[in-house]
Amino acid sequence: MAELSFREAIAAGIAQEMARDPLVYFIGEDIGAAGGVFKATVGLFEQFGPDRVRDTPISEQAIIGAAMGAAMTGLRPIAEIMFSDFLATCWDMVANQVAKTRYMTDGQVSLPLVIRTANGGGTRFGAQHSQSLENWGMAVPGLKVVAPSNPADAKGLLAAAIRDPDPVLFFEQKSLYGVKGEVPDGEHVDRLGSARVLRDGKDCTIVALAAMVPRSLDAAERLAAMDIEATVVDVRSLVPLDTRTILSAVTKTGRLFTVEENPRLCGWGAEIASIAADECFDDLDGPIVRITTPHVPLPAADVLEDAAMPSVERIVETVKRAMR
Amino acid sequence: MSTRVEKPPAAEVDRPTRLRLYQLMVELRDFEQRAYELFLENLVRGTSHLALGQEAISAGYAVAMRADDYTFCTYRGHGHTLARGASMAGAMAELLGRGNGMLHGKGGSMHLTDVRHGAMGSYAIVGAHLPIAAGAAWSAQVRKSGQVAVCFFGDGATNIGAFHEALNLAVVWKLPVVFVCENNQYMEYTPIASVTAVEHPAADRASAYGLESILVDGNDADIIYQTARQTIDRARTGGGPSLVEALTYRHGGHSRADPAKYRPEAEVREWLQRDPVKRYRERLLTNGISETQLNEIETRAQQKVDAATEEARRGDPARVDEIERQVWGDGSAAWRN
Repeated sequence: MAELSFREAIAAGIAQEMARDPLVYFIGEDIGAAGGVFKATVGLFEQFGPDRVRDTPISEQAIIGAAMGAAMTGLRPIAEIMFSDFLATCWDMVANQVAKTRYMTDGQVSLPLVIRTANGGGTRFGAQHSQSLENWGMAVPGLKVVAPSNPADAKGLLAAAIRDPDPVLFFEQKSLYGVKGEVPDGEHVDRLGSARVLRDGKDCTIVALAAMVPRSLDAAERLAAMDIEATVVDVRSLVPLDTRTILSAVTKTGRLFTVEENPRLCGWGAEIASIAADECFDDLDGPIVRITTPHVPLPAADVLEDAAMPSVERIVETVKRAMR
Repeated sequence: MSTRVEKPPAAEVDRPTRLRLYQLMVELRDFEQRAYELFLENLVRGTSHLALGQEAISAGYAVAMRADDYTFCTYRGHGHTLARGASMAGAMAELLGRGNGMLHGKGGSMHLTDVRHGAMGSYAIVGAHLPIAAGAAWSAQVRKSGQVAVCFFGDGATNIGAFHEALNLAVVWKLPVVFVCENNQYMEYTPIASVTAVEHPAADRASAYGLESILVDGNDADIIYQTARQTIDRARTGGGPSLVEALTYRHGGHSRADPAKYRPEAEVREWLQRDPVKRYRERLLTNGISETQLNEIETRAQQKVDAATEEARRGDPARVDEIERQVWGDGSAAWRN
């Protein structure tokens, strides 16, 4: 095991797959010699050269369009959209073209491509550089949606996304880039569509994603000191969704909390709450509770951003109150 | 700015190629006419966008392309898809929503695709496929396959951001792609000139990308064929992209719901006199091809369209169990376990 930061794990995942498969190409803004604005692609340009690690103009439609055309014709491209907020400038490419073309052509076309993007808040960048947009992707049939919470998953899930035959939106929560963690040595490939139980507790289940996972684990520690034992599930992948692992935890504990960074309406937790209500209603001992950012654009000032996003304190308080 | 339509090229197009061009144009014309008739019979259920009058561009490029080159076209794409060799019955059945349609009913008129023949899709969001065509060209470039991507789009697409992004990227990366603007004078219902900063929406913008300004008569199959040869050769030999503006005219409205009453009668009359199929027929006659030979081509085209129509009409309705197939690479639509 080596200790890597989340950003080093991303670069290691890309390098592992580019070394393995000569059809993997990587394009985006400032990803080459500059190593990416978040330094998550440092060393790739030097290792693989300017043909396979290619800087693009600030042209998000061209970036996704080029990745799509290349994926249709034999490459396995990785495209970086610098901030997930910029997906809005190329959402036609993502939602109308990339997502639908396999289906509309009845499988004549395959689209093995990965769209990596820095997502979410915690960096005081304001409402146009901090959105948590996983649910945009989740709402569009034909897109897989992955959001890792730690360096090992960042590498392993990214490798799995690159090998996947379908388009994957890969969300990297930008406040996690500096977080360090153990990453398995040698080739590391994880599996899409598998949630992970990170903590076992008999009283309730907390389901979280990306940066909300470490906060939920901290909250669970504090709750344990108050005699509330929480199971914490890291969803990891929204599409495909590992409902089996999630529902099994809900059945065992009888209570479900979701911790979502996204604004309230139509967050991924709403879908999970709906599935749990449909399929394990009789196992529930109380209402399902969603802990989210309020339904506002994310404000910039540190005190405002911190208060808006679900914090360890808010998770603890909400769970404690609901379990009383 | 004056209109600079290029003169017919000096080199003659050889006779077998001319016969092939005529045959293809007649087939595309007859297919579109039949699609219109089936629409009047209420058998074409969704919308459809016919390319009656624009056949010379589809035929001229298709005949000049290599079998493994890529075509990217728009929702007005029946002709471009068929010109590459896609099944006519499969296309007709797709228009009718039948299970024997080339996309099993999941695409419809606006998305005809036949990858086996290099028809990489018909795209229904204006301008979206320009960057995608650039991507296919990028792939051909790095795979060193020698393939060229040809991307057809309407005049309206030149005013959308994706046009600019694709052109710029294609030039910067020197991609083997040919962008062909079919300027049929109207973006949907509105004259293109009334909403565009320059007279020639594609040709006048070529200089912004360091490209040659190429403006051609899109209703002349010889000129289109020659232009196609030149631009495709340039792309294949590493010379990078081209941007071609071909002047043409829709004989009908934008889509099936549009009677096109907004167009001046004199303008319509003038363009109908420049009908690419009729003009080419006359040229072939003056070039020593017999009336009998042309009649044979026309009869064969009618028979081909009749047979395709019959086969399409015999098809069962699209199967409901197709709905949850082919979202993903494993053929399924499963999003959870």
